[in-house]
Amino acid sequence: MAYLAKLRVWRGDAGSGALTDYKVEVNEGEVVLDVLHRLQATQASDLALRWNCKAGKCGSCSMEINGMPRLGCMTRMSTFTEEETLTITPMRTFPVIRDLVTDVSFNYAKAREIPSFTPDPSIKPGEFRMQQEDVNRSQEFRKCIECFLCQNTCHAIRDHEDNEQSFSGPRFLMRVAELEMHPADEADRRNIAQDDFGLGLCNITKCCTEVCPEHIKITDNAIIPLKERVAGRRFDPLVWLGSKISRRPEPAGTPAVPGKR
Amino acid sequence: MATNDTEIERFSYDVVVIGAGGSGLRAAIEARARGKKTAIISKSLFGKAHTVMAEGGAAAAMGNVNSKDNWMVHFRDTMRGGKFLNNPRMAELHAKEAPDRVWELEAWGALFDRTKDGKISQRNFGGHEYPRLAHVGDRTGLEMIRTLQQRIVALQQADSYEFGDPDAMIRVFAETTVTRLLKDGDKIAGAFGYVRDTGKFILFEAPTVILATGGIGRTFKVTSNSWEYSGDGHALALLAGASLMNMEFVQFHPTGMVWPVSVKGILVTESVRGDGGVLKNSEGKRFMFDYVPDVFRAQYAETEEEADRWYTDPDNNRRPPELLPRDEVARSINAEVKAGRGTPHGGIYLDIASRRPAEYILSRLPSMHHQFLELADVDITKEAMEIGPTCHYVMGGVEVDPDTAASSVPGLFAAGEVSGGMHGSNRLGGNSLSDLLVFGKRAGDGASDYLDALGETKPVIAQADLDAAVAEALEPFSREVGESPYEVHAELQQTMNDLVGIIRREQEVKDALAALEKFKERAKALAVPGERAYNPGWHYAQDLRNMLLVGECVAMAALEREESRGGHTREDHPDMEPEWRKVNLILTLDGDTIEMVHQPIPVIREDLLDLFDISELKKYMTKEELAGHHEAAALEEGH
Repeated sequence: MAYLAKLRVWRGDAGSGALTDYKVEVNEGEVVLDVLHRLQATQASDLALRWNCKAGKCGSCSMEINGMPRLGCMTRMSTFTEEETLTITPMRTFPVIRDLVTDVSFNYAKAREIPSFTPDPSIKPGEFRMQQEDVNRSQEFRKCIECFLCQNTCHAIRDHEDNEQSFSGPRFLMRVAELEMHPADEADRRNIAQDDFGLGLCNITKCCTEVCPEHIKITDNAIIPLKERVAGRRFDPLVWLGSKISRRPEPAGTPAVPGKR
Repeated sequence: MATNDTEIERFSYDVVVIGAGGSGLRAAIEARARGKKTAIISKSLFGKAHTVMAEGGAAAAMGNVNSKDNWMVHFRDTMRGGKFLNNPRMAELHAKEAPDRVWELEAWGALFDRTKDGKISQRNFGGHEYPRLAHVGDRTGLEMIRTLQQRIVALQQADSYEFGDPDAMIRVFAETTVTRLLKDGDKIAGAFGYVRDTGKFILFEAPTVILATGGIGRTFKVTSNSWEYSGDGHALALLAGASLMNMEFVQFHPTGMVWPVSVKGILVTESVRGDGGVLKNSEGKRFMFDYVPDVFRAQYAETEEEADRWYTDPDNNRRPPELLPRDEVARSINAEVKAGRGTPHGGIYLDIASRRPAEYILSRLPSMHHQFLELADVDITKEAMEIGPTCHYVMGGVEVDPDTAASSVPGLFAAGEVSGGMHGSNRLGGNSLSDLLVFGKRAGDGASDYLDALGETKPVIAQADLDAAVAEALEPFSREVGESPYEVHAELQQTMNDLVGIIRREQEVKDALAALEKFKERAKALAVPGERAYNPGWHYAQDLRNMLLVGECVAMAALEREESRGGHTREDHPDMEPEWRKVNLILTLDGDTIEMVHQPIPVIREDLLDLFDISELKKYMTKEELAGHHEAAALEEGH
């Protein structure tokens, strides 16, 4: 049952690199990560790649397999024919460090800009009461394993470097949605979602949802409802009228956290 | 950079936490809360630590589902699970403080599954008398690590406002490995290592180090553990002069995947059984009824009917034997397979499909469903899973003071899996996540108190020690041709699996020790091609030293302890011996030699002893030990 698979693996660093051809043994039931490990152990001990759990739970082994953003540990070799040549490249959106390892620090910087969970300070630990139906929505988003495949695939980042400043990407717009829908959170992140995190740049092509290994409905359940909340606040005629009649100025919402941009 | 570049980037911190899983992050949060400048060192990216793989939940006697639960019941269950070898003070602190630590996570944004009245839901698990595990489906570890990660971000945001720099007081050094702890005399003075991305050396000058490096599973071939679990903290502690204890106790989780071969060992959560799944052999028999040991006889059902009633009426029925502590279940599975009643791929069946509706399985066990469907083409709502034991956890670890998590080396602390004592000879499922939180916080406090007492005196790192650490790290680059770290590691894993695995025999463990000597020799002649930047071969070479040290500790203690208890089963000494219950095996390093001594276990305080019925205790303890129990007189009279 074992056969030799033809792999073309991108080898190199930030300066330069090229696809390198290998032939590696494949056994029944194996995933791409198994084959890369065998390549490391037998032919290329310095092949750089990230991995941890090998069970689709940690989101470390993100890569592009035949151009598709995938987790190496969840991509079965049986989905390819024995004759096919597999092209394995690093995530294209992020700067290469070495081989299949990329610099994903952009994501950690964006995470720091979103105002954190802000509960009512008078509620003591142990006193929170929330219904399951009210936590379901945010729980879906908290399934995120931060593999950053959605960030990698989103064309608003992938093809537009200039958006790096103004666009947080699907993972972090989803984090904003998660906090906005958290039943115990009190901050208002709607303005900054639009103004600081670039919600408007998303034109709902759903590429992020397609590549999500956790099958989170990022666009339908997080981004579109977030857009509706923002629109409700900004463009609802009654809200607009209320803000004109009322003497109180409209609250500006919670500001973004100053980050290291 | 050139492979022989010796340049070192230097940092200065109050507290250096090595490891960014549950215990490391909780320790760092506490140290930061105490005003200490804190570094978190992570071998992986931030948020990827092994805690992420914990599935079932965090055990805490909140009493949300069954109001009879309290810390005393939890304490009892923990001691029973560990076969009374646990450090009783640790088990006490853990049981008392776990609820507060879980509630705290909720105040930091965690979203646990809920009860009908809106509290944190709790689920059943092996060895726990009441539903006790706070959980989020079967991805509780992910929720915990993300919550702690986001709490650290929240603290950094506060520092961003206060100091204009999010890294001012707490900084994460991702993809950084520590290879040596450095001392000034007998005191900790810092930690030396390298940044994986660049291969550059890095030095942390710090009077306190908290080890939170997790376990040793990568020493074994079939394991649920990731590459990070190479016993780094265990080895760093030994090399720094601290002592390890109970290293013979290694937990083989009863349910790991067995097929396809490439996923062999990947964890299948105990929640499958907690939520109604049962174990069957190839003849379709629920065999666990045949394996209930005497010490647990009173608490477990004797018929399938009673066991099935327990799920809906736990007050009037006893628990199903599938929910015995992990050591018992793993041994039973092993015995069934050996008796020729295994599955085609050498496991046994774990069946929830025929016992619960698909909708229930999908809501309670979504990630198990996903894992089997994607990796094994098995739909667990329709078919049984094939499972078998997998190396999962080490009960042994750094010997620490229960209240402060301090090791025997001043300034060195340890929390979580890398520490020893809490779980005795066997850990209950769910007690790890809570352990991380309780003792992570205590380690952060312990290190802060130590710093406060230390005052202005700063330990100094000797240049000679630093030079030696640099030379050691660069050694594998010094030869063109040599042993491959991958090959030596693969052989080590096979040896530990075959000879010091779930069932041990004297001669086999001796063979393992002889093999380890040869591996140590080969590890002195490693060669790693390539550059310094992100070179996994070089990284492997560093980890190998730790795995060899830890493997030797496990084998030595396994040979010494001539009884079977918890995570240590000797085929040639199959019984639990009360005399051995009084002994902890303590390991230290003297030059290149590991030394082992017998040390009496701490005495169980009388008020804690009184939480048990004396008829149960006498199964474990000698008469002299029971003298303090309030029913001791009755025992004396022969009642």
